[in-house]
Amino acid sequence: MKQEVICIVCPRGCLLTVDSERDWAVSGNHCARGIAYGRAELQHPVRSLTTTVAISGAAIARAPVRSRGELPKETLPEVMAALRRCRLEAPVRRGDTVLADAAGSGVDIIVTRDLDRVTETEGEPA
Amino acid sequence: MIPCQNPDRLYDVIIVGAGPAGLAAALAAWEEGARDILICERAAEAGGILGQCIHNGFGLEIFREELTGPEYAGRYLDLLADTRVELLTDTMVIGIDGHETTELARGGRPGTMLHAPDCHRVRVTGSSLDCRDLRARAVILAMGCRERSRGGIALPGSRPSGILTAGAAQRYVNIEGWSVGRRVVILGSGDIGLIMARRLTLEGAQVLACVELLPWSGGLIRNIVQCLNDYDIPLLLGHTITAVHGRRRLEAVTVSAVDPRSRRPLPGTEQHYDCDTLLLSVGLIPENELTRAAGIPLDERTRGAIVDENMETATPGIFACGNVLHVHDLVDYVSAESGRTGRAAARYALSRKATPTPRSGSLMVLPAGELSYVVPQRLTRSGLARSQTLYGRVRRPMPEAYLVLESDGVVLARWKRERLAPGEMIRLNVPAAILQQAGGSLELRAEPAESATPDRHDVNRPAAMPPEN
Repeated sequence: MKQEVICIVCPRGCLLTVDSERDWAVSGNHCARGIAYGRAELQHPVRSLTTTVAISGAAIARAPVRSRGELPKETLPEVMAALRRCRLEAPVRRGDTVLADAAGSGVDIIVTRDLDRVTETEGEPA
Repeated sequence: MIPCQNPDRLYDVIIVGAGPAGLAAALAAWEEGARDILICERAAEAGGILGQCIHNGFGLEIFREELTGPEYAGRYLDLLADTRVELLTDTMVIGIDGHETTELARGGRPGTMLHAPDCHRVRVTGSSLDCRDLRARAVILAMGCRERSRGGIALPGSRPSGILTAGAAQRYVNIEGWSVGRRVVILGSGDIGLIMARRLTLEGAQVLACVELLPWSGGLIRNIVQCLNDYDIPLLLGHTITAVHGRRRLEAVTVSAVDPRSRRPLPGTEQHYDCDTLLLSVGLIPENELTRAAGIPLDERTRGAIVDENMETATPGIFACGNVLHVHDLVDYVSAESGRTGRAAARYALSRKATPTPRSGSLMVLPAGELSYVVPQRLTRSGLARSQTLYGRVRRPMPEAYLVLESDGVVLARWKRERLAPGEMIRLNVPAAILQQAGGSLELRAEPAESATPDRHDVNRPAAMPPEN
């Protein structure tokens, strides 16, 4: 059976056609990443996750984080719940691991911004 | 990057704004050989809007990998760490060459200076320098844009709390860690609104609908898929909000379908949505108060300065790039354009020229057909001798279209393009061999491929943006 999906790998947004009866053959893609996306999307869809985690001792209240790679789509609520329980302490550096092997996916969640420690007198940003 | 060393010296280049445009311009100016470079930033830190854009999708073109906004800013800060570019934070530029933005607010006249002085004066105010003029041979305007707000779209109804722009909500959630609401409706389908639909859903809110006046979305198609479709959030095209309910806090909105031609609400189509939050994602406006006060001519189509291929404005030595020049949809395009601007500004400063660039022989590039604007608006004689990248946008989606470059009624070149949409900026590389054939005028036209001779005087054609009054 042929199904159409829009590729979300890059801003181009190719309209892919995936044929499940011909070994998930993908057409309509402009690059190789579209083939991988089209095959995965109809068999076992994955998504990157970006969100924030509470941090204390930094100039801002939340540290931005992302998945290092893609997570099975159905695990996103569970990973969000786990991240809601996380607390970071400044300083943190880009690439620091916040949560290893999120929801048993084998994918780590990492910090995406350097946040220095600020002293109490510097306080919160205006 | 280092803090400001000696504010009294004559800088090669002063850059207004340390967002993605300012950072890329500074790096390029340094690489071109300028050594006295200062960035003035009104916030406490460099990076601009990237700090709150925690989602990914940035950097595919510039860094060949997919980064989040904070990572993209971090890469530029890393590249600038090895330079002696100076950064002055908590400092706001309030005037250029003696023309303050407050003069316009008081009803004063903008400046009229169009000659090239020995140097430009940049008036700043901030905690570390009080209020004073800094001097530079070249100035780059990189102030970015701001969101159109409730007043800009004449949203009817009462004025309860709970109505805010999508970008404000993004800051509250991603930087401050505040919750903005539990039941959310989004008006406008620009990328920030789509991104926030997903963001608030992940944070546990219920996003009831994304309401779009036009018959198409202004956002990237990948964002429709991964931000709305993934979470079963309906996109109501050809609809708008016709009433806001609630006294202290927003309680509900009324959504109506609109007539596709007149865009007036259709009676009898009203739907009621109980919600405590309404996000507005209804357009971005280049922040050009400084430009206007300095008397630099603006293009009414882009709401940014009129520039040539060096991104130099009509005032010699003053350049503009990024979202203050025209609103971009990808930060990679901002960086590329700003790099070109930084190099040109450095060359200008280092050549120390005090005589105006010859304007004779330069040509305006006029948009036509379904093309709503072209940047740069002007090509100088030396620019016409080299290959150039032109940027533009179409007014309506077209599955197949031609871009046609004409001079004095003669077609110089045609390019076929697929799937043009108002939400996706066109970049067109025009080879020198074609530009060298230009005569006394230049016109870039977009026309749908299905009609060989489009009616260029169709008054019923929809405009690109919703009405603003």
